[in-house]
Amino acid sequence: MGSYPLMAALLELSDVSARYGQVAALHGVTLTVNEGEVVSLLGANGAGKTTTLRAVSGTVRRSGSVVLNGKRLGRVTPESVARAGVAHVPEGRGIFAELTVWENLRMGGYMLRRPDFQSALAYFPWLQERRNQQAGTLSGGEQQMLALARAFLARPRLLMLDEPSLGLAPLVTREVFRVISDLNEKEGLAVLVVEQNAAVALGVAHRGYVLETGSIVLEGTADELRTNDAVRSAYLGY
Amino acid sequence: MQTFFQTLFTGLSDGAVYGSLALALVLIYKATEVINFAQGEMAMFTTYIAWALMDHGAAWKWWAFFATLAIAFLGGAAIQQTLIRPLERASVLTAVMATIALLVILNGLAGWIWSPQLQFFPSPFPTSSWDVGGVHIAKQDVGTFGIVMACVLVLWLFFRFTKLGLAMRAGALNPAAARLMGVRTSWLLALGWGFAAALGAVSGMMVAPTIFLTPNMMQAVLIYAFAAAVLGGLESPVGAVAGGLALGVLLNMLGQYVHPVTTELRLPVALAILLVVLLIKPAGLFGRVVVRRV
Repeated sequence: MGSYPLMAALLELSDVSARYGQVAALHGVTLTVNEGEVVSLLGANGAGKTTTLRAVSGTVRRSGSVVLNGKRLGRVTPESVARAGVAHVPEGRGIFAELTVWENLRMGGYMLRRPDFQSALAYFPWLQERRNQQAGTLSGGEQQMLALARAFLARPRLLMLDEPSLGLAPLVTREVFRVISDLNEKEGLAVLVVEQNAAVALGVAHRGYVLETGSIVLEGTADELRTNDAVRSAYLGY
Repeated sequence: MQTFFQTLFTGLSDGAVYGSLALALVLIYKATEVINFAQGEMAMFTTYIAWALMDHGAAWKWWAFFATLAIAFLGGAAIQQTLIRPLERASVLTAVMATIALLVILNGLAGWIWSPQLQFFPSPFPTSSWDVGGVHIAKQDVGTFGIVMACVLVLWLFFRFTKLGLAMRAGALNPAAARLMGVRTSWLLALGWGFAAALGAVSGMMVAPTIFLTPNMMQAVLIYAFAAAVLGGLESPVGAVAGGLALGVLLNMLGQYVHPVTTELRLPVALAILLVVLLIKPAGLFGRVVVRRV
């Protein structure tokens, strides 16, 4: 697929560090997500993948600069980042288990005067029939889909997904990534996805970064990463 | 049988007052896990404001009732923003201690401003009663019940059908996730405190005509409200109202039919109920079991 020299950068992290109390979790991470691009963030447990997303969405204190669409995200509260156009589906999906499916979707469109439920539900037709079901009673894969639908309803510039495959069967994972790929191709939605399942993630991503102990050790196009020996042995298992 | 129905109506009227204050406690508890010990004194203080607006209790005025609700709402929101919000990062216990401090401050302040002596508080309803087949139903009781239930209904409609109400429920369930959807949770918490304070003001203005206005008038009512809220399960708004009604009816029935339970024993009985519920069914009668699948 090659690089995209003509594409405008949507999200730019420069020298971003973050810590939890005394424990440093990120050391000067620099990465870019371009408009319309799927970028995947690979790495082992504790490498700082989740923290990178949290540094963007303002759910962890960070230093360094985060620029979204040319504008520096200065005052970082999660709600201000959301209003700037970033939809973050956190670890554990953040579904309101006690609310109905429909109420969860309405929350997705909270920031919009007239959320477009119709076009969002086109990607998730089955949610229509389940609209009155308590969201906590959906299966793991269905909850992940609901989280995706809810995030997309906010009409974000950038969608950030934290381990969408976690706890899902391979077939369900494939389905989730098919929808992610659909949203990217048909809606031009830029996606930054954190995954342990490197094979699946590189399947839909244009580019990727590999994190190790809080620093980026490798970056490249999905093809480059797939054929890189270190990535193959560490994350693809062959 | 006449006595039974008369006792029932008085019980429902008392219970509506307990229930509305219990609902105020539950609103704040659900959103922040803070038990607001100052809820009763906030209600008392706003009732004094209503009393002042009604020319020191000369006559009931509806505009003063609604003005008091607005003042209570703003006051509750202001308390959240100035006193509770800075303690967000501290433990829940710190915030609870702050509400106890607020209880003492408001109580002292009311005594200092309006003097601690008993004041007459007017009722919006006539003292007469309807005679329905030999049963005397006090208009005061029906009116109190009706007003409290109307307020509860308005609140329910707000939470059930408005976007803001939905966001408040979502924010109470999972504040972190709600913020990621762009919800400014801090302002919604202020809104929640405002609603709770307004609801408390309703209970204060409804109970004051029957027990007189004093700085201490809500202390017993708050205990009943605690018992009602625990009975309903602390997490359940419906449970709080139902718990209040059940408690009001139960206490009146006991007073009527079980002679040892005199007025002096009402409070101990309420507390005994609270203890028994905590021992047997800690989740309360309406405590929900949340269905979750990973």
